[in-house]
Amino acid sequence: MPRKLSNPFSSSTMSSERRPSHSKGNRLAGFFSKSKEQQAVSHHQGASPQMAGSPSPLPTISLSAVGGEELNTDEPPTTLFEPPSADEAKSQERREAQFGPLLDVNHLYISAHQGGPLETPIEDEPAYYFVLTTYISYLLLIAFGHARDFFGKRFGDKKHYQSLKVFNGYAPLNDDFDNFYVRRLKLRLDDCFARPTTGVPGRYITLIDRKSDDFNRTYKYTGTYTQTLNVSSYNYLGFAQSEGPCADAVEECVRKTGLSFCSPRADSGTSELALEVEREVAQFVGKPAAMVFSMGFVTNAGSFPALVSKGCLIISDELNHASIRIGARLSGAVIRSFKHNDMGDLEKKLREAISQGQPRTHRPWKKILVAVEGLYSMEGTMVDLPGVLALKKKYKFFLYVDEAHSIGALGPRGRGVCDYFGIDPAEVDILMGTLTKSFGANGGYIAADKHIIDGLRMSNAASLLGESATPSVLMQILTSLRLITGEIAPGQGEERLQRLAFNSRYLRLGLKRLGFITYGHDDSPIIPIVLYHPGKMSAFSHEMLKRKISVVVVGYPATPLISSRARFCLSSAHNKEDMDRVLAACDEVGDILQLKYSTGIAGGQEPLPDGVTPEMEKEWRRANGLEGVIKPPRWKLDDVIERGVQDAKEQLR
Amino acid sequence: MDLPEAQAHVNAWLQEASTTFQKVPGSAVLIRYVRSSYQNDPVRSAIELVLVIFFIRYLLAPSYSTSKQNYVKLTEDEIDELVEEWTPEPLVAAPTAQQEAEAEKLPVIVGPTGPKSKLANGKTVTNLASYNFYNFNANEQIKEKAIQTLRTYGVGPCGPPQFYGTQDVHMKTEADIASYLGTEGCIVYAHSFSTISSVIPSFCKRGDIIVADRGVNYSIRRGLEISRSSVKWYNHGDMAELEQVMRKVVQEQAGKKLTRRFIVTEALFETTGDINNLPKLIELKEKYKFRLMLDETWSFGVLGRTGRGLTEAQNVDPSQVDMIIGSLSGPLCAGGGFCAGAKDVVEHQRVSSTAYTFSAALPAMLAVTASECINLLQSNPEILVQCRENIRLMRAQLDPRSDWVACTSAPENPIMILAFKPEVVNARRLSVDDQERLFQECVDETLANGVLITRLKTMPITQHAILKTNLYTVTPALKVCITSGLSKKDIEKAGVTIRHAITKVMTRKTNNKLGLPAA
Repeated sequence: MPRKLSNPFSSSTMSSERRPSHSKGNRLAGFFSKSKEQQAVSHHQGASPQMAGSPSPLPTISLSAVGGEELNTDEPPTTLFEPPSADEAKSQERREAQFGPLLDVNHLYISAHQGGPLETPIEDEPAYYFVLTTYISYLLLIAFGHARDFFGKRFGDKKHYQSLKVFNGYAPLNDDFDNFYVRRLKLRLDDCFARPTTGVPGRYITLIDRKSDDFNRTYKYTGTYTQTLNVSSYNYLGFAQSEGPCADAVEECVRKTGLSFCSPRADSGTSELALEVEREVAQFVGKPAAMVFSMGFVTNAGSFPALVSKGCLIISDELNHASIRIGARLSGAVIRSFKHNDMGDLEKKLREAISQGQPRTHRPWKKILVAVEGLYSMEGTMVDLPGVLALKKKYKFFLYVDEAHSIGALGPRGRGVCDYFGIDPAEVDILMGTLTKSFGANGGYIAADKHIIDGLRMSNAASLLGESATPSVLMQILTSLRLITGEIAPGQGEERLQRLAFNSRYLRLGLKRLGFITYGHDDSPIIPIVLYHPGKMSAFSHEMLKRKISVVVVGYPATPLISSRARFCLSSAHNKEDMDRVLAACDEVGDILQLKYSTGIAGGQEPLPDGVTPEMEKEWRRANGLEGVIKPPRWKLDDVIERGVQDAKEQLR
Repeated sequence: MDLPEAQAHVNAWLQEASTTFQKVPGSAVLIRYVRSSYQNDPVRSAIELVLVIFFIRYLLAPSYSTSKQNYVKLTEDEIDELVEEWTPEPLVAAPTAQQEAEAEKLPVIVGPTGPKSKLANGKTVTNLASYNFYNFNANEQIKEKAIQTLRTYGVGPCGPPQFYGTQDVHMKTEADIASYLGTEGCIVYAHSFSTISSVIPSFCKRGDIIVADRGVNYSIRRGLEISRSSVKWYNHGDMAELEQVMRKVVQEQAGKKLTRRFIVTEALFETTGDINNLPKLIELKEKYKFRLMLDETWSFGVLGRTGRGLTEAQNVDPSQVDMIIGSLSGPLCAGGGFCAGAKDVVEHQRVSSTAYTFSAALPAMLAVTASECINLLQSNPEILVQCRENIRLMRAQLDPRSDWVACTSAPENPIMILAFKPEVVNARRLSVDDQERLFQECVDETLANGVLITRLKTMPITQHAILKTNLYTVTPALKVCITSGLSKKDIEKAGVTIRHAITKVMTRKTNNKLGLPAA
């Protein structure tokens, strides 16, 4: 990465300029510049220039602060090696807070399918005790919530219950179960959600500290910040950066082009820049044409109505994203769903649909569109694309693949699931994806054959009436795409892709070995670990925050009632040291909260002894009387870290 | 085996069964209960036993769905044959000739958009097709601010607001909009077009009642459709009919459980450009206890002394409107939309509004831009005056002087909607398609003379098949968007160009024949 030594933010005069002068006294405005305390805390990182390739011993993991120790600047240097100047150190530290340095060339892996059919990940289950107590937790929460509502509506504080009651002739604004759930269950762990942040959501993310004195009804900002390791943002390729080629290009573009095209694409919002981005996106995903939208959600919500209508059938994976469901509903087509990633069920649904035709009339369907996602964001599973395509040949349906999470994150060249499985993108009819995640921009795209895109352009409401993407966003997409393909700074894009793949496998293997139940496929950069009890969601989030790691916890209704989970979204901006921090923290927290549920069926087994290959495993087990013996994995952290790098590159077990 | 032997066997077995049964605790009570309740009548007991067995069998029977009554049983071979025979229609129909022509002619802007924009064909044209009413896009101060934000936050927030995507800049923008409008709170969405489509279904559920204007825009229609509420329509702008519909709703609902009721309408209408009567709406809403959702997408930053919208223009307290939805992507040159209202209205959306929870947050630099533009509007309201002066000048060139078109927009609306006069349509028997085609010709002709204007895109609304209850058809129209970035002279010149272009198109021989009755 090109080094930019003169950092405009390092000098104090600049930082005072950056304060918006018009709104004095506005505390929020102050957030524009890093606070003094924060800059003071930030002297580490630059001090330990980890040499790439050096046989580094186990990294020391400090759980109290994100970086290492303070830089000792008092002693005069005794060697010829000159430490970087204070300015340089600061700018390097800033850079590394957004994108961590690669510690060892070994920490790379190429994300690609190893051949053969895609195996469904084994779903481990905890002891019945945990399942039962989870249900009891919910039961208690619901019973208690209803009791509180019952009495609260009659005797409680009017302020809190007003919106639940008929008031002044108006029906309550929200009184359904969703609302009950939000007030009585979600509110309890509300401080784990929507934590306000500032700065770049890169390798580290800076949280704005807040506390609540009234059980999360309102928050008070304490005026302090916490820099945490960021395993929560969808920053797969680490393009969330405020410096480097992307930001430079965006700055230039804003100076030249301004901030907006102020018009829908169909009026006067079509710019040369947008067309260029569309050409590049199409080339990247391997389709003849593409169109770009200013929002990922609307890409789905607006495109289904343009593709299918009454008399058509949409068969959708049951775990598809809300935007697909809304788009499907708006289209007027009949919607059916199949079991998540279950090709048998999909085939059954297809046979029934084609043979029975439309309901009541039995007329044949005009067309059938199967909608799947490349990588499921709550499960970490990948679509069984070879399986779907085999069915597609036989049943002649159209295939819509939503690559919101998989584009950039999967495949040896980062081009999504097709690339991962080595499948020609021409076999998929429509490739949709977002530009929010891997590209660090905003918006979404649809790529397909030229006549399909031309038709969509003329009939998609979001491009006829919705706002067009802004120049800054377009430029970010363009530059990050060119970095991935190697057009700019050759080698950097590849390194990003391979770092992400390595981090994903390394952390997943480590978590399995420590005894956590993880969901999803091994190469997925999304790693959910299951927590089960609703109370453990907030506990886990808080414990991790104490260890300066920000995680996402998700529960019902985004997941099945029982399997509340924490989700790690990895990034190329992380390095092995960061993964080890996560492992160490999980190890501690897992012991405190009893999260090590794994029975071992889903992996994390002891490695095979020397000389025994995976193919020989069955025989070896028989010979040693170990058939069917599965030991729950509870590795020691040191062993996990020691063996991780090597084992992550082999088939995970 | 002999019969007596078998009998003995059975007897012994029965004996054994009854002793075992008596050993079960509570069996004596059961027997006593059965004996006393059935007056020791074995026949009656037997019948009841049969009933119990039937009931258990019924419970265990496989359930069948009522929807499959129409199910045709087929063998696997037959299904294979049907699969073999089935051929789907193409995924996307081939574009029509007009669509293709239009796609080719779509102007492509090179460099920045502004009052004068450079096109890909090398020409520089007067741009009267973008919502850049105050030319904030060229404002250096705003650009500088955006770049500073870029250098602190990067571009995308890489996550939805609930998962670490809420940045301090978003909170600041929300606070800025709320204090600008004078509402308790505000929530910023990442996309303006999707904002109201998502706000409506987050409040209106099945069984709720929505009364909507027939002329509402496509985004609102989408929202109404997703909501699954019962939608009643009133004629565009007809307050008397609105009252009638509301009264009817109240009468019908009397005695039933109170449901949520909403009025959904626009402040400045997207398809006609005219202005709504907010004081009347408030009066009706208070009288019949409806909530009001007001789409200010086209009036926020436009109406009122400082651009606060319809509430400011018509002197209405914003707190009387339950939800104000607006856009940050038009004249504010940023991106995204917002919904302002009471605190619980806003907080409810943070959890249950799909376009907010399931979408990435707005890029920080766009949020800052929005704040900055609001600031500019507040501190120099004279920009609005200048823009209105330009609107007046343009109107004078077009509305009274053109024989063909009339402007349906409100006098302060910088988006001038020009539709054919009814007498023109009648005299020439212009169908909707004819009008669309003629207007496209006008757009082309105007562009050839160096002025970029556009046409109202009616297709999504007219092809919107599902909301059948609304028989409203959108009148095709030309759309001329005024900007304060042009001088008086430029505006007048552009106005003359547009007027002459329309006349030229309408007097072309080929077009003239159209109107002749088929003799």
